[in-house]
Amino acid sequence: MNKFDYACPTSLAETLGLLRDGDEPMLLAGGQTLVPTMKQGLAAPDLLIDLNAVSELMDLAVVDGEVRVGAMCRHAAVAASPVVREKIPGLADLAAMIGDAQVRNRGTIGGSVANNDPAADYPAALLALGATIRTDRRDISADAFFVDLFETALEPGEFIREVGFPACSSCAYLKFRQPASRFAIVGVFVARHRHGVRVAVTGAGAAGVFRWTEAEAALDGNFARRTLSGLALEPDQMLSDIHAGGAYRAHLVRVLTERLVETLGADGARSGKK
Amino acid sequence: MMRLETEINGTPVAAEVESRTLLVEFLRDQCRLTGTHVGCDTSQCGACVVHLDGVAVKSCALLAIQCQGRKVTTIEGLAEGETLHPMQQAFHEHHALQCGFCTPGMIMSALDMVARHEGDLDERTVREELEGNICRCTGYENIVKAILDAAEMMRP
Ligand SMILES: Cc1cc2nc3c(=O)[nH]c(=O)nc-3n(C[C@H](O)[C@H](O)[C@H](O)COP(=O)(O)OP(=O)(O)OC[C@H]3O[C@@H](n4cnc5c(N)ncnc54)[C@H](O)[C@@H]3O)c2cc1C
Ligand code: FES
Ligand code: FES
Repeated sequence: MNKFDYACPTSLAETLGLLRDGDEPMLLAGGQTLVPTMKQGLAAPDLLIDLNAVSELMDLAVVDGEVRVGAMCRHAAVAASPVVREKIPGLADLAAMIGDAQVRNRGTIGGSVANNDPAADYPAALLALGATIRTDRRDISADAFFVDLFETALEPGEFIREVGFPACSSCAYLKFRQPASRFAIVGVFVARHRHGVRVAVTGAGAAGVFRWTEAEAALDGNFARRTLSGLALEPDQMLSDIHAGGAYRAHLVRVLTERLVETLGADGARSGKK
Repeated sequence: MMRLETEINGTPVAAEVESRTLLVEFLRDQCRLTGTHVGCDTSQCGACVVHLDGVAVKSCALLAIQCQGRKVTTIEGLAEGETLHPMQQAFHEHHALQCGFCTPGMIMSALDMVARHEGDLDERTVREELEGNICRCTGYENIVKAILDAAEMMRP
């Protein structure tokens, strides 16, 4: 690992100052992606700003009907949060499926969202739930945030403060895992909102997380499994690697979506309460 | 170099570390606590699991300096003198190890899962919870039995 200076601010104001003055600063959240990346020499910050003592980033609360999850909320905390479980059960289930117990004890929503790994779980939830990413300077809708593989709308020096999730009628997530890494080969999040259905897919898209708009339109007309049977994604717009080819991924997206529609159509227990 | 003041297995420790020193390097090379193992160094295997303020973490993915003012517990901190911790004793009795390389990480992870589930574990939960701990020898059968048994013994 390259040498770097280390700072551990305790407030947002201090963090902002460090970010402004640093030469090539980087933020350290859970470190579950960044520390391995630094070990490989693929990231080499001059200044590492550790967010683990900034308590302002750790709140998880309902404000104006929106579930607000601070950037430094760990996957384990989201999975175990009674508020998330009650309001957005699919999100709690998703957080409990990330990596393994030790990764969930450290990894954070802010780090995962900023990283935008094409196989990460959270981006699918943010997109399907129509979340808002709040940074130190602006609000960004999930639709505008995830740009391309490992690329987001964040500007240099901009950081995520919290993610706001509006209430939905019901939602659920399913993931087909790569058994060794536990990342998604395909992950699908379906959310039913008052104004329509949203279907977001991670792990599969050649340009990262995406909304399957044809499925959304079909499900808006009739929220039933058979509505999807005629729909197909283009295999050449899917990721293709040693774990799964494009055609297989495209197939999995439909199978998982069908299963989710069945669950959400029938099972009231999975409904988020207003 | 930076000054690190932390607590390891109940003992205050002060040392000079580089910012880039990993916790596992600090434990093994500077503190000579070699019970914590490095199996992969890529955050996959769980051989390096220790507790930070009572929570299981992979010490190959944490900087030593991040333990400033916090409490670290390693496998060496569990036994009371000659008396093994109930989880260690259960691993011993169930023959839950062969080469033993994964064992320290298994035991630290097992204690975290017992605490989080308040001792309320079943076989399926234990297997799911062990996703981050790889054993190349045992086939996991006896590890699962040992953890279930210890969870029972540790009930208040
Ligand atoms: C073995 C293993 C299995 C995993 N399995 C999965 C899985 O199944 N699904 C999944 O989704 N993920 C998985 N992960 C990744 C894990 O969820 C990481 O925690 C996550 O990708 C990064 O979050 P972090 O908090 O660790 O961030 P870090 O590693 O600390 O940071 C990641 C990046 O985000 C930046 N960053 C951090 N916080 C902010 C912020 N507030 N604002 C702006 N930028 C920020 C950092 O500078 C860095 O570039 C796995 C990781 C491991 C090691
Ligand atoms: S050495 Fe840390 S997880 Fe393998
Ligand atoms: S006992 Fe050998 S790796 Fe587990």
